[in-house]
Amino acid sequence: MTLSAQPLSAAQVDEIIARQPDVFRRPFHKRFAAPLAVAAVTAYCIYAFWFFSIGQVFANGNWNIAGTYLADWVSYEVRPDIEYRDGEIEVTFPRFSPLGENPDPDWIETEQGTVTVIIDRPTDNSASAAPASGSFMSPNSDATFTADDNALGGAAPVAAEDAVVTETRLGIARALVTINERGTIDVTPDRVIVTRYNGSLEVLIDRQNEQVLVEGPLPDWATQREPGAKVFVDFGFYGRAEIRHREVKVNRRFLGWENFVFDPASPYWGLGFGEVMGKAFGPPIEEGRSNFGIMWENIVYNAEWQHGDVWIKLLQTIVMAFVGTLFAVLIAFPLSFAAARNITPNRFVNQLLKRFFDFLRSVDMLIWALFFTRAFGPGPLAGISAIFFTDTGTLGKLYSEALENIDDKQREGVRSVGAGPAAVQRFGVVPQVLPIFASQALYFWESNTRSATIIGAVGAGGIGLKLWEAMRTNQDWENVFYMVILILIVVFIFDNISGALRARLIGRHSG
Amino acid sequence: MASTDLHDPDAYVQNGRYDVDRHWRELVRQRRLYTALSLGILLVALFASLWFANETNAGKFFDRLPHFFDFVGGMIPRDGWEVWRALFDLESPYYDGSFKYDYPDGRVYFWGTWYIPEYIHKMVETLNIAILSTLIGFIFGFLLCFLAATNLTTTRWLRFFVRRFMEFLRAFPEIVIAGFFLAIFSLGPVPAIIAVSIHTIGALGKMFFEVVENADMKPDEGLRAVGANWTERVWFGIVPQIMPNFLSYTLLRLEINVRASTIIGAVGAGGIGEVLRLSISRGHEAKTLAIILLLFVTIVAVDQLSAWLRRKIVGDQAFQFGA
Repeated sequence: MTLSAQPLSAAQVDEIIARQPDVFRRPFHKRFAAPLAVAAVTAYCIYAFWFFSIGQVFANGNWNIAGTYLADWVSYEVRPDIEYRDGEIEVTFPRFSPLGENPDPDWIETEQGTVTVIIDRPTDNSASAAPASGSFMSPNSDATFTADDNALGGAAPVAAEDAVVTETRLGIARALVTINERGTIDVTPDRVIVTRYNGSLEVLIDRQNEQVLVEGPLPDWATQREPGAKVFVDFGFYGRAEIRHREVKVNRRFLGWENFVFDPASPYWGLGFGEVMGKAFGPPIEEGRSNFGIMWENIVYNAEWQHGDVWIKLLQTIVMAFVGTLFAVLIAFPLSFAAARNITPNRFVNQLLKRFFDFLRSVDMLIWALFFTRAFGPGPLAGISAIFFTDTGTLGKLYSEALENIDDKQREGVRSVGAGPAAVQRFGVVPQVLPIFASQALYFWESNTRSATIIGAVGAGGIGLKLWEAMRTNQDWENVFYMVILILIVVFIFDNISGALRARLIGRHSG
Repeated sequence: MASTDLHDPDAYVQNGRYDVDRHWRELVRQRRLYTALSLGILLVALFASLWFANETNAGKFFDRLPHFFDFVGGMIPRDGWEVWRALFDLESPYYDGSFKYDYPDGRVYFWGTWYIPEYIHKMVETLNIAILSTLIGFIFGFLLCFLAATNLTTTRWLRFFVRRFMEFLRAFPEIVIAGFFLAIFSLGPVPAIIAVSIHTIGALGKMFFEVVENADMKPDEGLRAVGANWTERVWFGIVPQIMPNFLSYTLLRLEINVRASTIIGAVGAGGIGEVLRLSISRGHEAKTLAIILLLFVTIVAVDQLSAWLRRKIVGDQAFQFGA
C-alpha cells in the first residue's frame, strides 16, 4: 500500500478502461452473475420451504424422542419395577431383561424391616377391578381418573373395614436405587424420596386413595400432570422414573451394548474373558458337544444381536456389489467394442447399442430392483440383477466413450505389420483402454457396495432390509448402530483396496 | 548358464542376448502365472458368491426363471390407453370401485378444476428433493472443500479432520439417516432431503477439494503478494478458475441424486419411489407402467439437460471420467 507513488490521472484511467473492455465493460449477465445466482438460489429455497412445508415439519418433529433414540445407539436401559402395592416392597424386572433372569444388581439395595401387608383382598368386584383399571388408564385421562377416584372414595373405606385383612411381619421395607453418583431414589411403601444433584423431592404415597402427593414445590426435573397423579422424574441421560401409587417404574440407562457377545441364555453369559476361556477349556458343559462349539453357537445365535444373521446379510450386500459389477463388466466389455464407432464402423449397430445402454441406465436401479424382487423373490439375486442391469448400461456407455477417444496410431502400427482384426484389437486397442476400464470397474464396485445397502431395503437382499426392520420398530437403535459400524468398516476396506488397485493400474494416486 | 568369455566380444553379445531373452521369458512366464492365479481366484470367488446368493435367496434362480416371464406378462395392462389415463388421472372405463382404476382420486387441484396429475406431482416432489439436496450439498461442500485442500490449508490437523468428516458423511448409509429422521418427523419427504443432502456434502466436498488442489496457484501468489487475506485469496484467486468444474460436478451429482431420491422415496420417504413400490406390490399394471414411463422420461431429460449444460460450461472435459 505504501509503495503507490502517484494516483493515476483521469486520462490514464480512461485509457486503461478503453484498453481492457473485457474487464471494465462486461455484459450485464456476467457482471451480476454472482448476485443473480444467489437470488435464484434464495428464491428456489423459499419455494422449496413452502413446497415441503419445512417449517411445519420441523416444528412438529418429535425432538424429545430424537435424544432418546440417539442415546439408544450407544446405551441400553434396565427397567426394574419397585412395587409396594400390598405394603411390602417387591423388585421385579420385565421378562427378557438385559440382566437375565432373577437379576440382583448392586445399584438396588433392599432393607429388611417390619411391614404391614395386605394378605387378603375383598373379592368384591368393584373394589378389586377399579384399582387395576385406574392405574392403567388414569395417567393420561382426567375423566377416568376422577371417575376412579369417586368410585374408590365411595367403595374403598367400606371394603377396607369389611374385607381387607392385614398382617404385620418382617419383610422388605425399603429399597434404595442408585441412578448415578448424585441421583438416588429411596423407596418405602408410604414415601418416595428422590435426590438429584443438590435438590430432593419427597413424595407421599397414598395407597388407599391411589394418590401420589408431592411434598413442597416440584423441582424442574420432575413433572406431575395434575395433583395426585403420577410423578415423572428425569435424570437426563442416566434415566428416568415414574412414581405411581402402587409402584415406581425406574428406567436406568447404562453406556455400552448389553450382552453383545453372549445373551443371558448362554452358559458363558456374564463372565469375563478369562473366565470364558477357563470354562471353555474346562469340563464339558453339555454331553457330546465341544465347549468351543457351544461358545461359537451362542455368539452366532445371540438372540438380541443376531450376529450370524447380520454377518450373512452383510456378506449378501458385498456379494451383490461384487457379482453385479463383475457381470456388468463382462457384458459391457465386448458390447462396448461394437458400440464404439471407430472400432465397429456400422452406424446402425453403434446407435442401437448406445440407446440400449441408455435404456438400461435410465430405467432406474430402483425399478430394476423392485422388478427383480417380484421375479426372484426377496434376496440377493434381485440385487445382483438390478446392479448388473444398471451398470451394464453405465459401464457400456463409459467404455464405448473411452474406446472412441483412443489413439489410432497404435492400431495402425499393429495393422501395418499384417495382424488380423482380433490381434489388432488385442494389441492395438486393449492395452490402451484396459487400465481405464479396470479403474472404472473398481470405482463402480466401490460405489455399488454403498448403493447395495439401500436397494436392499426395498427387498433386494442384503443388510438394507435388516437395517430397515431394525429402524421401523424404533427399539433396536443399538443394532442399527452395530450394522452401520460394520458397513462403514466394509466400505472403508473396499475403498482402500480399490484405491490401491486403481493407483497401481493408472500409475497415479487417485484415492 | 552359458559361461561368458570376456575376451571375445561376439560371444559376450550373444550370451548377453541369451541372458536377456531368458530373463524376459521368465518374466512373461511369471506374469502369466500371476494372471492365471488372479483369474482363478476371481472365478472361485464368483462361483462361491453366486452359490451363496442363490442359496440365501427366497426363490431359487432356476426355479424362478420360468415364472419370470409370467411376471412380465402380468405387467401388461388390459388396454394401452390405461397407461395414458393412469398418467394423467383420467377416468377409466374399467372403474369398479377398487384402487386399481381410481385414477382421478389422486388429482391435486390447485385452481378450480385445474389439477396436477398425482404422479407428475410426485415426480416434481422427487425432483425437488434432488435439486434441494444438491443445492445444500453444493453450499456446504463449497464451504468445506477449501479447508481440505493441501494448497490452501496448511494446518495439518484441520485438513485431516475435514477430510475424514467428509469421508464419514459419504460412507454413512443414507438409509439410516432417512430412517432416523423418519422416526422424528414421521412420513414425508424431509427425511429424504436430509439423507441425500448429507451424502451429497461428502461426495461433492471430495470432488471439489481435488479440483482445488489442481488449481493454478499463480493468481493466488499474486494476491498474496499484494497482501490479500485468506478469504480474498480464495474468492478472487481460486474460485473463478474452479467454478466451471464445480458446477459440472454439481450437475453430475444432480443426475445421481434424482436416482437416489427415487430410491430413498421407495423406502417410505415420499415422492415417486413410494408410489412405484406400492403399485408394483399391489399389481396395478397400468399405474406401474405409467410411473416407469414418467420416471424414464424424467431421468433421460435430466441427463440430457445436465449433459448439455456441462458441455456448455466446461466443454468435453466434463465427459472425462471423474471418480
